[in-house]
Amino acid sequence: MTATLATAETVVAQNVFFYLIAAVMVIAALRVVTTSNMVHAALYLVVVLAGVAAQFILLGAEFVGVTQVLVYIGAVIVLFLFGIMLTRAKVGAEDGLSHDNVVPAILTAVLLLLVMGFAVVDFAKAPWSDGTLVIDALDRAPTTVEQVSDSIFSTYIVAFEAISVLLLAALIGAIVVARKE
Amino acid sequence: MYLVQFLILSSVLFCIGVYGVLARRNAVLVLMSIELILNAVNINLIAFGAFNGAAIPAEVFALFIIAVAAAEVGVGLALVLTIYRNSKNIDLHQVDLLKG
Repeated sequence: MTATLATAETVVAQNVFFYLIAAVMVIAALRVVTTSNMVHAALYLVVVLAGVAAQFILLGAEFVGVTQVLVYIGAVIVLFLFGIMLTRAKVGAEDGLSHDNVVPAILTAVLLLLVMGFAVVDFAKAPWSDGTLVIDALDRAPTTVEQVSDSIFSTYIVAFEAISVLLLAALIGAIVVARKE
Repeated sequence: MYLVQFLILSSVLFCIGVYGVLARRNAVLVLMSIELILNAVNINLIAFGAFNGAAIPAEVFALFIIAVAAAEVGVGLALVLTIYRNSKNIDLHQVDLLKG
């Protein structure tokens, strides 16, 4: 990808798609935490996770976006649907999925959002920044799988091995915990 | 694109996830809300990497977070299934054996 791609039109298109995807993601995420049908919650979670993958690709992180689709939409959602099925959730809408009084939860979330929003805006006004903090994803080539794998298998090889052992331990642990006696 | 718009998006997703963890009674739905939180953190990581020019380390650690999240869901759902098998429901109000 060359620098000539970063024209005003492509920057506008990037922003338009960012806000479109972000709006869909936020609405779907709100449905995940408010819907009264558990299967619908899992399906709305698919929308959120696909939106996250799209944001990764917008940011030039192609491999992470593809992994997000494979691991989350391919495996984690299936796990959730199995969990819903095995705990015999009702097929339709269901009562008692949320607490009777959600005001404390709303207060906590809104206060946390205020604090984090203030921190982000304040960070953007830091003396070392020019007040814009532009990400120029179009001015540089997207990272290739080759670069990511080179980094994983050289610099971060110890962390990678630790993650492998962790996954194995989690797999065995899950089988042992869920197994019938 | 600006860094701040990604940070705000991930803050909003994070707070929706926190709301879900606090407001839901069903254990599987709480696990789903935790997934929202983990994804919000991943957006943050990738956005900072793209902004900073350190895209590769950010992507590597995002992949590690995805792996840890997958492990977490596996163990979490196994625990939920065990709770279901022992008490026939996964309402977090009913799971109070340790309460004095």
